[in-house]
Amino acid sequence: MLYREAGQFKTTYAADMAVFPIRQDRMALYLLLAVAFIGVPLFAQLHIWPFGGDYLIRAILVPFLILALAAIGVNILVGYCGQISLGSGAFMAIGAYSAYKFGTGVHIPLEWLGSEISIPPLPLVASILLGGLMAAFVGVLFGIPSLRIKGLYLAVATLAAQFFFDWVFLRVKWFTNYTPSGSVNAPELSFFGWIVHTSTERYLLCLAFVTIFAFLAKNLVRGNLGRQWMAIRDMDIAAELMGIRPLYAKLTAFAVSSFMVGVAGALWAFIYLGSWEPLAFSIDRSFQLLFMVIIGGLGSILGSFLGAAFILILPILLDQVPHALGIPISVETVSLLVFIITGMLICYLLIVEPHGFARLWSITKEKLRLWPYPY
Amino acid sequence: MLRTTLGLAAAALGISAIAEPAMAQNEQFLPALVYRTGPYAPNGIPFANGVADYWTLINERDGGINGVKIVFEECETGYATDKGVECYERLKGKGPTGAGYFSPLSTGITFALTEKVPGDKIPLLTMGYGRSESKDGSVFPWNFIAVGSYWTAADVAIQHVAKELGGFDKLKGKKVSLVYHDSPYGKEPIPALEARAKKDGFDFKAIPVTHPGVEQKSQWLAIRQDRPDYVLLWGWGVMNSTAIKEAAAVAYPREKMIGVWWSGAEPDVTPAGDQSTGYKALLLQHPGGKFKVHEDMDKFVISKDKSAGKDTFGQVLYNRGLINSMLGVEGIRTAQKKFGNKPMTGEQVRWGFENLELSADRIKELGFEGMLKPIKFTCQDHQGADEARVHQWDGKAWKIISDYYKADLSLLDPMVKETAAKYAAEKKITPRDCSKES
Repeated sequence: MLYREAGQFKTTYAADMAVFPIRQDRMALYLLLAVAFIGVPLFAQLHIWPFGGDYLIRAILVPFLILALAAIGVNILVGYCGQISLGSGAFMAIGAYSAYKFGTGVHIPLEWLGSEISIPPLPLVASILLGGLMAAFVGVLFGIPSLRIKGLYLAVATLAAQFFFDWVFLRVKWFTNYTPSGSVNAPELSFFGWIVHTSTERYLLCLAFVTIFAFLAKNLVRGNLGRQWMAIRDMDIAAELMGIRPLYAKLTAFAVSSFMVGVAGALWAFIYLGSWEPLAFSIDRSFQLLFMVIIGGLGSILGSFLGAAFILILPILLDQVPHALGIPISVETVSLLVFIITGMLICYLLIVEPHGFARLWSITKEKLRLWPYPY
Repeated sequence: MLRTTLGLAAAALGISAIAEPAMAQNEQFLPALVYRTGPYAPNGIPFANGVADYWTLINERDGGINGVKIVFEECETGYATDKGVECYERLKGKGPTGAGYFSPLSTGITFALTEKVPGDKIPLLTMGYGRSESKDGSVFPWNFIAVGSYWTAADVAIQHVAKELGGFDKLKGKKVSLVYHDSPYGKEPIPALEARAKKDGFDFKAIPVTHPGVEQKSQWLAIRQDRPDYVLLWGWGVMNSTAIKEAAAVAYPREKMIGVWWSGAEPDVTPAGDQSTGYKALLLQHPGGKFKVHEDMDKFVISKDKSAGKDTFGQVLYNRGLINSMLGVEGIRTAQKKFGNKPMTGEQVRWGFENLELSADRIKELGFEGMLKPIKFTCQDHQGADEARVHQWDGKAWKIISDYYKADLSLLDPMVKETAAKYAAEKKITPRDCSKES
């Protein structure tokens, strides 16, 4: 009854091709954006529960947004283009370390030429975006094997990226500016003279990035490029016969995906951790991102958000339940229980709905259209 | 399906809504970031037990710190940095005055929290771990790397090697290898060891082991080929016992191995059984065993069944947990002298740490005689002590085999100063002028 598009006539081509053609969807999105951009900071300023302390914003919303952005990136590659990648952690690391290098100034001594390449420290946004670009570049390089190998074999090839970059950032001291411990600190987060340090400011910065990139991704996947990716995913030989160049389609998917994952990596390092080591972007991170995409829904931007929420927030919530209820069980039992329950829920979800949360959401929408008179 | 999902979500939200039981005003909240699961749990558990038991002792025996009861909560980090950050955010604002101080027991988490604590005004008490340069309190006002840093440890280890060889001049041309956990923790000692190698003329080689350290075959094969005169071990958790087993497999004498103080406790040697006999490790001043404080502990905590885990009672890492909590409690006590006998905020606790002085008499009074030498923090010196001993595993127990060594400050202090200055420049921090601090 509420969710029905009857009577919404589209009188222009623009309206017909809108990202969200149904009015209710648009309203919901505007409302969500208003809550995210205005509501949350306002509640935080006014100390309205649960936004009063820093906890919700700093420990849940910020990592959720960043991982959702990374999940969108992975979803473009795995969900839309069908190229399984286990190297997402590495691309996050490339984004983080390149952004760090650009943020603190790059010096490459070229001794045989008797000169050096020297770039002064760049501002925050520029270094984060350049971090993404570096990740995109490396992503294309590691995407080249995808032209010859497919499926699980490709997953193994991208695994090489993961281990290679773990090794590079541990061993090549140039990337860490020769710090004795190999751990690096994010430079000052200044954004056109505005220095980001409160939790609300950090949140808004992440939110801005995520919103822009989510819209970008949503538009990309329904355009020419996105259709090429999906054609390649569904049947690459047929796509090729139809005139889609696999080289172009696959490598653009790798580039766009790695760019977003790289930006997410830079944000994760700069905004969430503040100081990091390669372990922050280990193979576990790659798996975590892949699971987010699978549980959220392959080939869905919304699914990336839902998957990120499920994988990141559910364990944190479960972890706090016994303490909040005053049940006296030790922390080790709780953390083991969290593993067990989260694992069981993942199995259950995938059995009940193998297409993930995004599919559940579209079923809900279908049912809502008929409600309250289903036939 | 959807209904169940929604139901679950609603239940979870509802639960978090009724959280936060009201807390009495006269309570000091102290957070504990622990890891009782994962590859580092064998070492994390005894430490966490010691930390918790000392707080329980203060509550049970003294009724709190000058009448202010300690309330504490553990949060499981699994030694993962991002989980540690989440725990920190979760616990930092609890209690009437917020968290008194944090002790993450992880170099990675310490690095991440170092960036966050100045904003939240909560001190970090990192006893024997963390950034070595955070000894410089003028650049790191919120970090207290109590009792010893990795650079202290590296220096003392080399001093012990020199003593066994019969003098520093004998070090020339000798080979010393470092088998280290490939993380900030393991890499910290390298600059100090390189500096020592340059000064004493020995040949230094660093051999990394990937986290979590269960795979070390190739590293020990390299050692078998190279035959270094000494191997220093900078491991944690399962990496330590694996290293000892691998050393035995390539017949490298355990007597020639010296572990850092995080590689010298019961969980490190017992899994390797007899193979561990002869293995040596540094002591962060205190040994395992039972002292005067343990009598009180037995009376007020263990026998009343209030211990967090009595099977670890008196172990090396348990005792380290006790000292960690003791320093924290004494820091709060010092702060109370200035600010009054009430719960302290993080900022006040920081002042307390900076003005903390434990004389030999006070240490005796607290029941820690024989576990700790006098310690004194100042605005400039956030380490308070630079001495360590060496102990050896005889197959059944750890035996102290050396006297106190004092780290060579003429070598280390300039390094601390230089690295801290670099950090200050990178983060645009203006160091405090300690001559003007009261």
